[in-house]
Amino acid sequence: MKQSIAFWNILLKDMKNYYLKPPNISWGIVFPFAWMLMMFIRTRTVFNIEEVFSGIVAMSILFGTTSMLSVTITFERKSRSFERLLLAPIRMELLITAKITGAILFGIFNSIIPVLFSVLYFKAAVADWTMLVTGIILLSIISTLLGLFISVSAKEVFEAQTYSNFFRFPMIFLCGLFIPISALPVLIQPLSYLLPVTYGVDILKYSITGDNALSIVLDLAFVITFCFVLFYSSLFFIKKKWII
Amino acid sequence: MKEKIIEARNLTKKYDDFTAVNDISFQVEKGEIFGLLGPNGAGKTTTINMLTGMAKISAGKIYYDGIDLTKNMKKAQEIIGVVADESNLYDEMSGYDNLCFCGSLYGLSKTERENKAKDLLNIFRLNEAGNAKFKAYSKGMKRKLTIAAALIHNPQILFLDEPTPGIDVASARQIRDLIKTLNEKNTTVFLTTHYIEEAERLCDRVAFLNKGKIIMIDTVNNLINAAKDENLIEVVLKEKISEKVQFALKLNEEFPYVNCSFKNDDTLNIISSKQIDISPIVNHLSSQNKFIIEARLHRPSLEDAFVKWTGIEIDLMKKEKEKK
Repeated sequence: MKQSIAFWNILLKDMKNYYLKPPNISWGIVFPFAWMLMMFIRTRTVFNIEEVFSGIVAMSILFGTTSMLSVTITFERKSRSFERLLLAPIRMELLITAKITGAILFGIFNSIIPVLFSVLYFKAAVADWTMLVTGIILLSIISTLLGLFISVSAKEVFEAQTYSNFFRFPMIFLCGLFIPISALPVLIQPLSYLLPVTYGVDILKYSITGDNALSIVLDLAFVITFCFVLFYSSLFFIKKKWII
Repeated sequence: MKEKIIEARNLTKKYDDFTAVNDISFQVEKGEIFGLLGPNGAGKTTTINMLTGMAKISAGKIYYDGIDLTKNMKKAQEIIGVVADESNLYDEMSGYDNLCFCGSLYGLSKTERENKAKDLLNIFRLNEAGNAKFKAYSKGMKRKLTIAAALIHNPQILFLDEPTPGIDVASARQIRDLIKTLNEKNTTVFLTTHYIEEAERLCDRVAFLNKGKIIMIDTVNNLINAAKDENLIEVVLKEKISEKVQFALKLNEEFPYVNCSFKNDDTLNIISSKQIDISPIVNHLSSQNKFIIEARLHRPSLEDAFVKWTGIEIDLMKKEKEKK
């Protein structure tokens, strides 16, 4: 009971203090619009929504969550308010879960606008709604955990932002979002399969078009495994680096 | 002997080749104010960090009321409140919300934490600023709210790392009064400070820490008495004495067990390695028609004791801290 009170209040505090601030809400709305507009200008014609749907959803989640969590945690560490959480009698696993839950919800929120517009306005067809929701949730979790992993190494807020970009931009091109992995140079292809986002994107593609590069079971297995690996390795490094 | 609430056994902290805290052992009794004094880099904050679970222990053991911190840190953290050397609450939240949030971290129900937050704002005289954002608080107000936040769950032990530097005199005084009041209500207080006068005024027992080692540990009175090499009585006369040397020599002949000298024209210093019986000297001076305004025993301070045992000049220590 005591732990659940702490969990809920950390989540609520983060939502109020960071995620529900007007600039962040507008980010969740404006950013997907900008991506869609960019696609439209690039093709100079009405684009095939099913082709870009998964890309816009994935990028909205990836760009929203990775930087948000790494920046908020680094900011709290810098201002030393994070110490308060470490000094409280809360299990580290629960504390970190509370911190990442806010960012996961923010990632899911970021995906709502592109999904709604694609489906309601552009009349995109979704092959499997359950897998779309699963894909969005898993991609939000994995992107958030990448943000957590980044925050372990960052000491300053600008470092968190720089590291986030360092991870995110190559990932966009390597995860099969715009260029199929099979079309990438053979030497680079193994790198793509080491990225957790690759599997999340593949689930999204499957949910929309019914077609994907890997088997859906394999995708789910890899994403869930990556989630555990990232969560526990982050936890390990937090204990090692932050409680010195 | 009172019941011990904190026990540190052979505590050591190493950072690679550097030993920040070197095999220190001490006990803190239930309900006492225990002070850790030392210059910059002595290992005070490292010790507090180890005691509160913010730093890993390289060697040794810490027990809180019998709970082994190394084995059950989270259980131990339930009974402690920690005030770091810098105010570390949330800038964007109000004072009241900060307190409520801190209460939730210790599992207090909504009603419990709201009532406690109101009480604490009242005790710390911050009611009017309760709804203002923390970032708008003055340094003194921030410090007070940070202490209040550490008390939200009624901890048995309160750790205070440098509670008063850089804040206004009134706030510092209020904080010291609050520490005393808390202690009267049986909260054990563990504080580090570089204000020796503060430690002398507040602490029951003090440990002098230097280069990671405890040099001395005892009650404030015992430390002061141990620092006393000689007994000094200052006698202030109404009239100035022109022939000071002769006057002093005459007194020394009369009372060979003391050493008399003039501090200035009207103040006589009477020094002895043994306890001085002042009455014959006073009588003698009166018989010489010398009117005595005041005779006072000069008592060494904790600062004298600190300088004696650590060899560190206080002014240098203060300057270092202020620079920091």
